[in-house]
Formats: sequence, structure tokens, C-alpha cells
Amino acid sequence: MAERTVAFDLATPSLDALGRPARVPLSVAGTPDLGGEHMLINLGPQHPATHGVLRLVVELDGEVVKRVIPHIGYLHSGFEKLGEYRHYNQIIPLTDRQDYLAPMSNNVAFALAVEQLMGIEITERCTVLRVIACEMSRVISHLVWLGTTSIDIGAFTPFLWCFQERERIYNLQEAWTGARLTTSVTRVGGMMADIPDGFTEGLRAFCRAFPKTLAEVDRALTRNAIWCGRTQGVGALTAEEAINFSLSGPMLRASGVPYDVRKDQPYLGYETYDFDVPVGEHGDVYDRYLCRFEELRQSTRILEQALDRLPDGPVNVDDHRVILPPKSAAMSDMEAMIHHFKQVMEGVKAPVGEVYMPIESPKGELANYLVSDGSAKPVRWRLRPPAFINLASLPFMAEGQMLSDLIAINASVDIVMGEVDR
Amino acid sequence: MNPSAAALKAQFGGAIRRVTTSCGATIVLVDAARVSDVLRWLKATPGEGYNYLADLTAVEHRDGERPLEVVYQLYAMERKVSLRVKVELPKDQALEVPSVVSIWRGADWMEREVYDMFGITFRGHPDLRRILMWETYAEGYPLRKDFPLRGRFSRAEQVRQALNANPEAHYSMEELSIAEAIHELPKDMRDRLARGERGQLPEPIEPSHG
Repeated sequence: MAERTVAFDLATPSLDALGRPARVPLSVAGTPDLGGEHMLINLGPQHPATHGVLRLVVELDGEVVKRVIPHIGYLHSGFEKLGEYRHYNQIIPLTDRQDYLAPMSNNVAFALAVEQLMGIEITERCTVLRVIACEMSRVISHLVWLGTTSIDIGAFTPFLWCFQERERIYNLQEAWTGARLTTSVTRVGGMMADIPDGFTEGLRAFCRAFPKTLAEVDRALTRNAIWCGRTQGVGALTAEEAINFSLSGPMLRASGVPYDVRKDQPYLGYETYDFDVPVGEHGDVYDRYLCRFEELRQSTRILEQALDRLPDGPVNVDDHRVILPPKSAAMSDMEAMIHHFKQVMEGVKAPVGEVYMPIESPKGELANYLVSDGSAKPVRWRLRPPAFINLASLPFMAEGQMLSDLIAINASVDIVMGEVDR
Repeated sequence: MNPSAAALKAQFGGAIRRVTTSCGATIVLVDAARVSDVLRWLKATPGEGYNYLADLTAVEHRDGERPLEVVYQLYAMERKVSLRVKVELPKDQALEVPSVVSIWRGADWMEREVYDMFGITFRGHPDLRRILMWETYAEGYPLRKDFPLRGRFSRAEQVRQALNANPEAHYSMEELSIAEAIHELPKDMRDRLARGERGQLPEPIEPSHG
């Protein structure tokens, strides 16, 4: 490292004739030569632009980023370790707290993995309800992303519009699950509850009104010169690089790779819904914005179709070894009471085996990898965290860009630290 | 059964130890020494095309006799097929596998996480250090089965260590050298970090709870 050559003379030379501190311009001794100097700055862990407790140590040459060293783990809660000590249904509350911007989609992902491990076929109504849960999650997660990213880049108004719309979904979510964040909406073999009265009407009203807000955000951002200047050509990744970095979700699709788990490894009957997967071309921040924006429209389409086809019938499987019997039955019927007791005390046992079950969460490929030894608690519960794996590409994308672009790139990854640190 | 398993057997013979299935997925168990060759072949061979490393993790079974497993979840983007490759690491030998960062750069953080949580070393990894726990974390590897749920140290000891921690110890060697702050550390810590040591691992305390 070169010796520092610049010495600033910052001392105020005494008082002037009237006894006031003399006001002198800052003088520079010698010729400033800042060419070889690198500056190290620390961003986070408490910084609004890092979207949580992410810490970035950035080496700068002037304003150009030379190196980024991300530090994570501030929110590490050991969910995977905790899961090894819990019954499968007891793990579901832990999944709320991973990607806390889309808790219902985590619940669904975990329940699907356990059901595949146990070989349970869920009911028709439950399948559609889970599609609704997943797409509602995608809408709120993308709205938070859109709002916070526009603030990071300097547009304040879309943030308010996005959060207002998000509030509508949150109200529906609260009506359904009783919680706005810790939803725990699924159970192995079914759902915690059926949707309440008025829910479908509320969701339909949202689906009608939402595209108008989207059109307003579109008008404010998509062809905005500042927005385009801040995002186009910034943090670009080619398709090969994106695959090589194991990226998933909109990060991967913005680079032109049409990989969407809903289309390529369908679950919950997604192959029967009519929707498009937006794919980018340049792989930069702007294309990631366009991809997520279009996904909001497509999710609305899926929600409308799901509401149209929502069948009547039971939500939970008719198997009281897996699903708790109704309280009235447990109180009056001997067999139902035994099932109730066994489920609460021993948990539901899974056969020996292992399963890797991916779903398309708002952030990307969210997979639960479960290994069972035949007991009611998993030997290993691994969550493939899309945000963690997407974030790993940040140093590569940011190097050689400006510091202000680093903020835009970091925003475009759509991280949620609960999932990165788990 | 995924036909890639038969192709692997034809190509690598004895290095493919076992092929099993679970929940419809094919699992190929590979010799630890050959795993990077196998993965490189799976990625580069035209008929296979497993170009996407979906996940990399490790498993320790409750049965203490069973070896640790490193799990590679592969996916072929073009053909839409997945394949799970596993490596077994017996506990009485060095927990070491070759790194696959040269094949997939996405493996960088995943391997660091496995190292952090299980203590498995990835030979040839460019920057193998802890990722979720801090540099000087001395209680061991949290996802190992001999690690108690609440950690090795007592709660009082954990608090004492947290309060006495030298904040500089949370920085990596790389950052300290950029910041020219390495010279401000106590000499013993500087030497320890230079040797790549992460603090002393204490003797395991008898786990008092499940």
C-alpha cells in the first residue's frame, strides 16, 4: 500500500484581530495525489440500504468499487438445528420466520416436502388454497421489493403506493390466518384453517384494483429517465454466469434463463394455470425490475384463475393419523381421542427416506431437503435459501461499478436476511 | 431410476459405490476422491448437461456409526432432470472433499456454510472461512449431532465472551490488510489469525439436554 502523500492542514490558526476564530480555507500542503489510495468503508449492518442486517465492507478507488466483502450471520437463529428437535408440524412456525416477507409460501414449501416424504395426497380444495397462499405471498414480497428498491434509487412515491396495496393483502392474510407475519397457515396434510367468509370477494376486489396501481407505478418508473439511468446496464450478468452462480428466481430469469420451478418441476397443479414467465434480456437491474413487475401481473392472473376454480369440499386429508380430528370427535370418540393424543405427544412419523422439494418462492428456488430416519423429527432439515445463494453473486456483480450502483445492485438481489442467515 | 446413474457406472466404474432411490429421486453415492471428476463430467457431457448446482449441503445421521454425507443436488436446465450425488465421509478419517468452486462459482458460499456448520474441509476452496458464525467462534460446528442445542458453553460463558470480544476479531484477514489495521491487533491474535486458527475448541461438555 502506497504511503499517504497528502497532509491536510486543518488547524485553525488562532484568533483574528477582533478576537474571533480566524476563518481560513482548508489548505493542502503539497500536490494531492489520490491515485493509489484505496478507501475502505463499512456499510451496515444497520443501514437502510442493506435491507436488514447485512454488512458490506467495500474497498473503493475513488468512487469505483474494487472489492466487496459481505458479512452475514447477524440474524442467524439456527432454524435447521432447532428443526431436528421438533415434530414436523412444530417446524412450520419456524418457516414463518425465514423469508418473513412471504411467510405463507414458506409454510407451503415445507408442508409439500413433508407430504412428499410421507406420501400424502392433499385434497383438491387444499391445492387451490395453497396456490392462492403462494401467489399472495409473491405479490406482497415483490411489492416490498419494488417499494424499497425505488426508495434506494431515489423514487419515494412508488414506495407509498406499493405499501398501500400490500396492506390490502395483509388484511386478507390476517382474516385467513389471524396473523400478519407469523401465519403458520399449513399443516402436514392440509391447512390450519379454511378461508373465512368474504375472503374470496376481498381477493377478487384486490385483483380488480391492483392492476390500476401497477399501471401507475409503471408510469412513474418504467420510462423514467433517472430510473433507467440508475438501473440499465448496472450489475449485468450473462445467462452462463447466472447459472454458474446457482442463481434462481427473477435474478436468473432477468439474465435470459427461462427457469421457473412452477413451469419446469410443477407442483400444486401449476401446469394447469395459464400464466407467462417473464424473461429478461440484459441481466441488469432494470431487467430484474421488469421481470418482478411482470410477475406481479401474472400472479394476479393466477389468483383470479384460482378463485374461479376453487372447489368445495374438505381442506384436510381424511386421515386422522396425520391431521388432528375435530375437537368434538376427540372429546366423544375413543379412536379419535387416541389419534389426537398420539399426534400431540409423539408427532406424525415419516418413513425412512429423504426428499428434496423445490418451489418457486418470490425470491427464487426455495427447497426443503428432509432426511428422515423413521421418527417424528427430521434427521436433517435443510432449507435451500434462494436469497443466500443469490446474494453470493453480489461481490462479482458490484466490482468495477460505482458505489451508488452497489446500492442498486444490492437492492436488485431482493434479499431478506431472515432467510440468508436462517 | 435416472439413466444418468447407469452412464456414470459405465464411465467411472468402481468410483460409483451405490445407486439408490428415495421418493422418486435417484441418489448416486460417489467416492470422495473422485467427486469433482464425476461432477465435472456430469456438467460437461452433452447427453447429461447437469449445468445447475441447485444445492450443496451435508447430513449427519443420528446413528453415530454412520458416516457424514455431503449432498450435491444437480439439475439439468435443458433436459429438466435432477440428480442427487452424495459422498460419504467416515468419521474416523479426515472430513475432506475436493471443492467444486472451480466448476460452479455458486458453490462458494454453500461450501463455506457446510464448513461452518459441519467442519467439513473443502480442498481447494479459495476462501474457506466461517460464514454464519463469526471468525473466532470456538464452540465447534453447530449442526453436528454432538453439538448440544444450546451450544457447548454455558449461557454465562457465552455472555462473558460476547462482552469481552475484541471487535477486530470479527474482521477477516483480508479486510484487516486492506484497512492496515492488522498491526493494531494484539500480537498473539495477529499470529493466530495469520495461521488461520479460529480459536481453541474446548473439550466437549456432557450434553445435559436432548
